[in-house]
Amino acid sequence: MSKTTFNEPKADYTAKLKIKSTVLTVWFIILTIICLLPIYILVVNATRDSTSIANGISFLPGSNLGKNIDKLFKDVNYNTVYNVWIGYKNSLLITGFSTVFTVFFSAMTAYGIHVYDFKLKEISYTVILLVMMVPMQVTSAGFVAFMLKLHLTDTYWPLIIPSIAAPAVVYFMRSYMKSSFPLDIVEAARIDGCSEFRTFVSIAIPMMKPAIAVQAIFAFIASWNNFYTPNMILISSKFKQKTLPMMVSAIQASDKFTDYGAIYLAIALSILPIVIVYVALSRFIIAGVALGGVKE
Amino acid sequence: MASAAQRRIKSISYAKYGYIFILPFFLVYFFFQFWPLINTFILSFQDNAGEKFIGWDNYKTILFAAGGRTGKAVSKNFFLSFKNTVILWVGNFIPQIALSLSLAVWFTEANLKIPGKGFFKIVMYLPNIITAASVAVLFLQLCGEAENTPGAINLLLSKLGVVSQDAVSGKYDTVKFITGMWQSRFVVMFIQTWMWFGNTMIMLMSGIQGINPSLFEAASIDGATAGQVFRKITLPLLSPIMAYTLVTSMIGGLQMFDIPYLYHKDPNKISDNLKTVATYIYKYFHDQTAPKMGFAGAASVILFIVTLVLGCIEFYITRDKDEIAKKKQRKKIAKQNKLESKQFGGFSI
Repeated sequence: MSKTTFNEPKADYTAKLKIKSTVLTVWFIILTIICLLPIYILVVNATRDSTSIANGISFLPGSNLGKNIDKLFKDVNYNTVYNVWIGYKNSLLITGFSTVFTVFFSAMTAYGIHVYDFKLKEISYTVILLVMMVPMQVTSAGFVAFMLKLHLTDTYWPLIIPSIAAPAVVYFMRSYMKSSFPLDIVEAARIDGCSEFRTFVSIAIPMMKPAIAVQAIFAFIASWNNFYTPNMILISSKFKQKTLPMMVSAIQASDKFTDYGAIYLAIALSILPIVIVYVALSRFIIAGVALGGVKE
Repeated sequence: MASAAQRRIKSISYAKYGYIFILPFFLVYFFFQFWPLINTFILSFQDNAGEKFIGWDNYKTILFAAGGRTGKAVSKNFFLSFKNTVILWVGNFIPQIALSLSLAVWFTEANLKIPGKGFFKIVMYLPNIITAASVAVLFLQLCGEAENTPGAINLLLSKLGVVSQDAVSGKYDTVKFITGMWQSRFVVMFIQTWMWFGNTMIMLMSGIQGINPSLFEAASIDGATAGQVFRKITLPLLSPIMAYTLVTSMIGGLQMFDIPYLYHKDPNKISDNLKTVATYIYKYFHDQTAPKMGFAGAASVILFIVTLVLGCIEFYITRDKDEIAKKKQRKKIAKQNKLESKQFGGFSI
């Protein structure tokens, strides 16, 4: 008797769990579709011709990709507004330098604060924590006015150099060093006659590789996607200087860009590199976001 | 035990290296962020050409519509931008946190058998890494509202029978996703939620995983339902991270720029329904013919103060309560020890 009363709720419980799991899986699939649908339509429409895009929605790719490419790259009305090679080159130049500067100098600052004892140590770290929250938009009016005075607008310097000071990255690196960089190593290096800077470059940096990799990915994505700062600094928006997001925004402002297929192709090409990076490194990226979440 | 070399090294002061290592950061920070911030404050007290000091006039214009008809327009626009920013933020935060929280709870529930959790996580985070400018232009295409050549979403709605097509002219009775006030706001809220729910979900998930698993175990042994576990364990223990998410999202919401800036029909004019504080400031200092630095500066300072208040609230909420309690405890013990040692005539037991 006791057997049945024990078994019944258990079977009931398992059945309930099964139903819940199935319902949730369906819900997750719906969310996945919502997440991917805009991107899927973008890719499909990039392969279709303008009239069929305007006349109906399709979930199967068309056969007009070659013509769209021709139009986008060869037609004067299009390649004077949006040139994907110039965009890639400029974006890659700015993004590459910013990423390297961000991770190198942030690691260096975190190392300086973590390893050495000096009077302003605690104060400087507190300052870094305090300024982490100041939004870019607040300083940008003064920033542009200052850059105009220095005649640095319409150059890449104001887009690259400021990446040396990235408070949030310093904070992350310091937390990482606290948990996995013992100070004995520095002492051992000193006994062996290693100079301070060399200790940092050839011992600390290799040891911090995981933290550096995660932060480099995020710095790369943030810089590549940045539309606000380049648009604000490259005031005369010379075509040769434009970054990729600026070119995409130019499509929206141009009245010559009328072929829907070409527009969709242009947008698709602008997100292609970042999607490739994401697909290749998604595991690290998800883990990195999760690390950011536990910092409290 | 220390060798001679070790002792020698201990006696050398390495403090100067500390300064050398942090110098580049602070130099760059000073010139490219701190000085611009001060400069913004200076600009806010100057006239729009940045030539002479005019005291609080810019603030008076923006906040109290001083200075005639232009002043009224400037002030009206500022409050409209502020209102829009709040509307757009609230409209994206509520669905976003509801979605993220429920997903985070389901993803971390150990006894649910859901295949491909890793895949779902990766897909749901994907919208977050796509260039916001591209997303704005993409949705502008997808939400096209022209009667003859509607965008994909209107075509989909017409297939579902929501949007009707005139039989004679072939024109569609489209939903005005771009020019309509609430329709366009809805699209922007949707885009923001679409882009950010994956990020929030992963943050909350790592928060839930940080909760001691024995609590969940004890609850399940005592026969708690999933709802009870959520209300009595997960939610209270997750509240600091929730507060952090809330404030970061608010500060991020105040900076909302790319999508409202690009999501409009008229190439040269941002839609009135989507103007945000960030686009308002940007418009003034980026104006190539006559930049209005004074207004831009004053609006920035107002934004700065709002952010500062929010930041302080966050600092207060996420401060280490345990640490503070421990400090108090230690003080108490120290006090007691002192008292006791006095009682026993200076002998400590």
